[in-house]
Amino acid sequence: MGMTMTQKIFAAHAGLDSVEAGQLVEAKLDLVHGNDVTTPVAIGVLEANDIHEVFDKDKIAIILDHYTPCKDIKAAQLCKTARDFARAHNITHFYDVGEVGVEHAFIPEKGLVIPGDLTIGADSHTCTYGALGAFSTGVGSTDMAAGMATGLNWFKVPPAIKVIITGQFKPFVSGKDVMLHLIGKIGVDGALYKSLEFTGPSIKELTMDDRFTIANMAIEAGAKNGIFPVDELTLDYLKDRTDRTPVIYEADPDAVYESEVVIDLSELDSTVAMPYLPGNAALVKDVKGIKIDQVVIGSCTNGRISDMHAAAQILKGKKVANGIRCIVLPATQDIIRQMIEDGSYMDLLNAGCAISTPTCGPCLGGHMGCMCEGEVCVSTTNRNFVGRMGHVDSKIILASPAVAAASAIKGELADPADL
Amino acid sequence: MSKIYVYGDNVDTDVIIPARYLNAYDNATLAAHCMEDIDPNYASTVRAGDIIVGGANFGCGSSREHAPLAIKVSGAKCVIAASFARIFYRNSINIGLPIMECPEASAAIKAGDEVTVDFSTGKITDVTTGQVFQAAPFPAFIDNIIEAGGLIHSLKARGLAK
Repeated sequence: MGMTMTQKIFAAHAGLDSVEAGQLVEAKLDLVHGNDVTTPVAIGVLEANDIHEVFDKDKIAIILDHYTPCKDIKAAQLCKTARDFARAHNITHFYDVGEVGVEHAFIPEKGLVIPGDLTIGADSHTCTYGALGAFSTGVGSTDMAAGMATGLNWFKVPPAIKVIITGQFKPFVSGKDVMLHLIGKIGVDGALYKSLEFTGPSIKELTMDDRFTIANMAIEAGAKNGIFPVDELTLDYLKDRTDRTPVIYEADPDAVYESEVVIDLSELDSTVAMPYLPGNAALVKDVKGIKIDQVVIGSCTNGRISDMHAAAQILKGKKVANGIRCIVLPATQDIIRQMIEDGSYMDLLNAGCAISTPTCGPCLGGHMGCMCEGEVCVSTTNRNFVGRMGHVDSKIILASPAVAAASAIKGELADPADL
Repeated sequence: MSKIYVYGDNVDTDVIIPARYLNAYDNATLAAHCMEDIDPNYASTVRAGDIIVGGANFGCGSSREHAPLAIKVSGAKCVIAASFARIFYRNSINIGLPIMECPEASAAIKAGDEVTVDFSTGKITDVTTGQVFQAAPFPAFIDNIIEAGGLIHSLKARGLAK
């Protein structure tokens, strides 16, 4: 029986010729990572169990991105715990303020995950690296601890849903719209425990940043992972980022899929997810005009350079509407550097945006943009759950950077195609 | 008698333990704010042995292990749900929060019912209505982790973590 891409990566990392959906395997890990919220808990697990060695100091990444630069004393203590551990174990890939970026933008940028890898991270959006043709999935802190100690973890080999991409985007439509459309179609548990395997003639229409955004939100459909085939674009992205040799897996022609979904890019319009689920999809043209208080452009979903450019292109020479707070969070230091060099940083600054150092902050109501009762935010982040960005009676509308930028100018949910 | 807390579908980890409390992970903080954004009365009323009943996709969202930990240290005996989000499922097994997957029980049990559970057989009994439900069994592989006292203990027993 043929295997999917994901199944082939599992077979290779479990030392087996083949695996099938539902099989439980123990697989070798190419990278184990965590952040300032999850790593201290994992360190606590190791200490409580008298475990003093890590399996490979070069295959662990600790990235202080959630509450950094530290929002309060307790957050500073979390960072210190992680920092002390990283020093004690001489962890190669430890990244702190000044160098650090939002983990799921930063890890690919640094070349820490490449095609064919199998990785876990103690953060649910670890599924992002599927964009590179790797298997990656989010786990909790005990799994992170187990991974750091042994370089191994157990997995149930997932079945897959095949997502076939056809057609070409209309202007202002991007990877975020693809994913909000897909989650709206299959539901927030539509891919529970499964892989989303993206394929089809129009994969080439999706930039690497589109693919990162799409794979990033696989978890929002309940998926174990989202994965893309490796093509020229992937290999170009890897240049100067890694010395390792990518391993390219392709799904077998007779691979078994539980179901198929076709997405014709040419039929997509700007899409949002209304409160309080990422699956509450609506077309912007049908819901525009909703009054808002805040716009957030950034995060592991949409804080990459093309996201910044999409926003800057719309905001250049314009002003953020009176009374609207537009917070822009480029996801890494390199992205900020590029923005300064190409002028998009000044375009956003002059439009009246507040531009932050990289942090996950507002996405999870951590800091840098919490909302009070009754406020509404158009956000390029990934979750619009109750209370996600602050008060339980605040609301989040998930959108693309283009929709967020257009909304910042209009002071209400707006379609960039109308500007 | 166990009190039953019934919640709906897609109970996410942000409402189980809001991120504004994730700057700490001590038991007292987690217990004090457990379920705060879906049920502000939960933390002050829950007693040891109470049971949470959720719908589909319980524990979706963030990977925060703080979520099953918060439920465990709040005193709840177990979570019964129609289905669990996968990271929450793993985390619960790893930290020793008993979870029972049973769509029929999830649909039938009402707040105020008296419910008993048998983890060894997966039997859930609604004493009030007399209905008996069977939760999905764990694969043997996972049973072994649970029996070893969690993932870390099972790895140490194999000499894999030093």
